Amino acid sequence: MDLTVNDQTHTLDLPADMPLLWVLRDVLNLTGTKFGCGVAACGACTVLIDGEAARACQVALADVWGPVTTIEGLGTPEAPAALQAAWIRHQVAQCGYCQAGQIMQAAALLAENPAPSDAEIDEGMAGNLCRCGTYSRIRAAIHDAASQMREA
Amino acid sequence: MSRAGKITRRTLLVGSIAIAGGVAFGVWKVRQPVANPLSPPDGVALNPFLIINGDGVTLVSGRAEMGQGAQTTLAAMLAEELDLDWDSVRVIHGPAADAYYNAALLEAGLPLAEYGMRDWQHSVAGAMGQLGKLFGLQITGGSTATRDGYARLRHAGASAREALKAAAAERLGTTPSALRTEGGAVVTADGRRIPYGDLAEAAAQRTPPQVEPRDPSQWKLLGRSLPRPDMQAKATGTAIYGVDIRLPGMKFASPRMSPRLGGTMVSFDPAAAMALPGVEQVLDLGDGVAVVATNSWAAMRGAEAVEIEWGPAPYPPTTEAIFERIEAAFDGRRNSRMRNDGNAARTLDNAAQVIEAEYRLPFLAHSTMEPMNATALYTDDALELWSPNQTPMVQARAAASAVGLRAEQVTVHTPFLGGGFGRRLEADFSVLAARVAREMPGTPVQVVWSREEDMTHDFYRPGIIARMRGAVANGQAQAFEARIAGPSVMHQAGRRMMGLPLAGPDKGHVEGAFDQPYRIPNYRVEGYLADLDIPVGFWRSVGNSHNGFVHECFIDEMALAAGRDPLEFRLDLIRPESAVAYRVLEAVGEMSGWGAPKEPGTGRGVAFTWSFGTPVAEVVEVRDENGRIRITRAWIACDMGRALDPSIVQAQMESGLIYGLSAAVMGEITFADGEVQERNFPDYDALRMHNTPVIETRILENQPRLGGAGEPSTPPSMPALANALYDLTGTRARELPLNRHFDFIL
Ligand code: FES
Ligand code: FES
Repeated sequence: MDLTVNDQTHTLDLPADMPLLWVLRDVLNLTGTKFGCGVAACGACTVLIDGEAARACQVALADVWGPVTTIEGLGTPEAPAALQAAWIRHQVAQCGYCQAGQIMQAAALLAENPAPSDAEIDEGMAGNLCRCGTYSRIRAAIHDAASQMREA
Repeated sequence: MSRAGKITRRTLLVGSIAIAGGVAFGVWKVRQPVANPLSPPDGVALNPFLIINGDGVTLVSGRAEMGQGAQTTLAAMLAEELDLDWDSVRVIHGPAADAYYNAALLEAGLPLAEYGMRDWQHSVAGAMGQLGKLFGLQITGGSTATRDGYARLRHAGASAREALKAAAAERLGTTPSALRTEGGAVVTADGRRIPYGDLAEAAAQRTPPQVEPRDPSQWKLLGRSLPRPDMQAKATGTAIYGVDIRLPGMKFASPRMSPRLGGTMVSFDPAAAMALPGVEQVLDLGDGVAVVATNSWAAMRGAEAVEIEWGPAPYPPTTEAIFERIEAAFDGRRNSRMRNDGNAARTLDNAAQVIEAEYRLPFLAHSTMEPMNATALYTDDALELWSPNQTPMVQARAAASAVGLRAEQVTVHTPFLGGGFGRRLEADFSVLAARVAREMPGTPVQVVWSREEDMTHDFYRPGIIARMRGAVANGQAQAFEARIAGPSVMHQAGRRMMGLPLAGPDKGHVEGAFDQPYRIPNYRVEGYLADLDIPVGFWRSVGNSHNGFVHECFIDEMALAAGRDPLEFRLDLIRPESAVAYRVLEAVGEMSGWGAPKEPGTGRGVAFTWSFGTPVAEVVEVRDENGRIRITRAWIACDMGRALDPSIVQAQMESGLIYGLSAAVMGEITFADGEVQERNFPDYDALRMHNTPVIETRILENQPRLGGAGEPSTPPSMPALANALYDLTGTRARELPLNRHFDFIL
C-alpha cells in the first residue's frame, strides 16, 4: 500500500484497517500528530488529507483518499509556516499537546475561509479540545496568520 | 489570616501543598549527592543550574514543563543575572543526557516552586519533613516555595557572573570592577569581548563569589513577557512528550487493569487478543494484563479484546452508596477544626434566623490531554524510565520497588508533559511501565494507556458533602460554620507515596474554607474524613477546588439573606483582614463594571479565594439566549506579589479559570457496579473555544510575598459561575455539575 505523507511516498505492508494516526506515529515515527481520545472527540490527531482536515484516529489506512500533510510537513522550526509563526508570536502553547491538531485544523479553516470572523473561527475550531485553555490566544493567532497570509 | 495562622502552627499535618498545577522536578538520575551534580562531557558546569561550553550557555531547569511556563521563568532568573541575550538562552530539562546526573539537584536546594506556601506554612516545624518524605527527598532542600527558587537562582546567576568576571580580570591583569557583562560575554572598558565559553574553565576553579542579586529596578528580563523557549518546538510538532519517545527495537504495550479500582483479577483469556495482527504477548500482571504489540493501536485493541473476569470493588459500588459513606463521616470523629473564632455554635443557636445549606460536589478526573504513559528499559541491574512526571524521586522509588531494584538503579528522564494538573505526581504509570519492562529484559517498551483506561483509573478529586450554617444581622455576617466531609487525599497519598499512615488534622481537606481572609466574629470550619478506598489525588488547586466553591457560594447566600450586594458584603468582611485581598476584590469590581447596571438578560457572580499564596477574585457573566445560558465574560484580578512574566501569569490565570469552569459546568465522575462510568471525552468533556467566555485579567503587585500562578484562579471560577446563575435565574446550585440544573449552550 502506498501512502504519501509530507511529499514523501512510503510503501507499507500494514493492516488495511490500521488508523492513519498510528501509521504516522508508530510506523513512520512522525510523532507530531498526537493521540488524545481515539474516538474523534478531541482533534489532537488532526491532519490534512488532500487539504481537508481529518481526524487521523478515524481514517483507516486503506481509506486515505489523498496525500497527507502533518504538522511536520506544514513548516519546520527553521522555516515555520505562517500559522506556526503566528502561534509563536502569540505564545499560544502551554503544555502544547493539543497544538499540532489545533494548527492543522486552523490551516484547513484558513484554506477555506481566508478571513474568518470570531464566530467562524469558534465554529471551525469547536472539535479541538485544549485542556490547558489556550483558546483566546489560538483565536488571536488565527486572525493574525490570516491577515499575514492575505498580504503575502 | 493571623488567627487561622496560629491554629495551623499547632497542627501536625500540613495538607496538600501547591503542587498540583505548579511544581515539577526535572530529569533525575538517582545517585549519591555530590557538590555539583553536573558533569557535562564537553564544557563546564559553574553550578547546578548552568552549563557553559563552546556553543554558549545552557540553563538547567530543575522543573518539568507541563505548560505552566516554569522553565521560561526559571531561565529568566539566571539569564537576568548573567546578562545573556534572551534569544540565545537554551534550557534543558534537568540533565538531558546520562552524563548529566543530578541527584543532588533538589537535595542541594534546586528551584522548587511549590507555589504558594505562606509564611506561616514555612514556619510549621517538621512539616517540611513530612512533605519531603511524601514527595521525595528533593523537596527537603527547597521547602520555601517560589521565593526560595527565586532567591537561589538569582544568586547562582550573580555568583557565576562574578566568577567569570574575576577570571577575565585575572587574564587581563585588571580588576573585576573594570569589567562588565553583556550578551554572554565579559566586556572591557575599551569594548573588547571575551565570551563566557572562553572563561568558564578558569571561572570554575574559583570559589564562587557571594554576591547579592540585582535590584528589581535594574531588571531587563524578569517582570517582562518573554518568548518561551519551548514555543517553537510546540508549534512545529517537534517537542517530545512521553508518548513520543522512540527507541531502537521498542515495543508498544497497553494495560487493562481492574475497572473496580484496586480490585482483583479472577481470570482472563488472551485468545481473542492474540489473534489480532501486531499483538505479540499478553502479560499476566496479577491485577490486570498488558498487551505487548508492534504498535500502540494493536496493543490498545488487544487490551480491549482480552476477556477478563474481575473481582469486586473495595468500596461501595454506586455513586449513591459512596455518598452515603461520605455522609456517614459527619457521625464519626471530627478530624479538624482549623478555624474557630468566637463561638459559632452559640451564636447560631441564639440567632433569630439561621441560613442552612448542604452542598454536594462530585468526584472529578484530571483528564490531561496526553494520556498516561511511560517508557521503560529493564536490564537485570538497572531500569531506565522515560516518564512524563511531576515527581522524579517518587517515580524512581516506586518503580524500583515494583521490580525489585533499588532506587539508585533507576534513571528517570522527564520529557515534556502533555498536561499535569496534579495527575502526574502519582507514579502508577511508571510502575506499570517498569513491571511490563521487567517481563522483557533488554527490550524497551512504551506503555501507553487508552483514553478509557486513563479516565477510569485516575486519582480523583474527592467527592464532598459540605453542611453550612450562617447568621446575619443588620446587614452583617454574625456567624459562619462549615462542616466538610469527604475522603482525605493526604492520608491516602501518605500511604501511597511514603508507605506511612499519616494521621492528624488534614489541612488540605479544609483549605480554601478555613484560611480565607474574612473577618467574621464567629467563624468555624471543621473537617470530617470519610473512610473510602476510591483512589483520590491532587487535582489542580486540591482542597481549594471544593472548599472555595462551598465557601463562596455560601457567602453569597449570606449576603443575600443580609440584603446586601455580594461584592460589597465581601469587601466589608475582607477589609479588616487583608488590604491585599481587598484591593484584588475591588479591582475585579471595577474591571467588570460591577457598580453599573447590568445588561438586560444577564447575570453576574463574584467569588474570591486565597490559595497557593495568591489572592484571586473573579467575576463571571452569564446571558440568557432564548432560554439557554451562555457564559459570556469573565474578569480575573490577582496578586502574586511580583509578576515575573506577565504573559505566562495571564495564560495561567485564564487556564485555571477555564479548567474550573469546565468542571463546574460538566465535570462528574460517577460509579456503577464499582466501575467509573465516564470513559472518554464525550462523557467527560470540557469547555472549548466556542463556549469559553472572553476573559480579562489584571495582575496587581501589592503583596510583599511571591505567590503561585498555576492553580489559584481555579477555585473562585466555579462559585463565581454558580453565583452568576443565581443572579440570572434565582436558582441556587448546591450541586455540581451545573448542567444538571441549567441548560447551557455547549
Ligand atoms: S485522537 Fe483523534 S480526535 Fe482525539
Ligand atoms: S496546550 Fe495543553 S492541551 Fe492545549
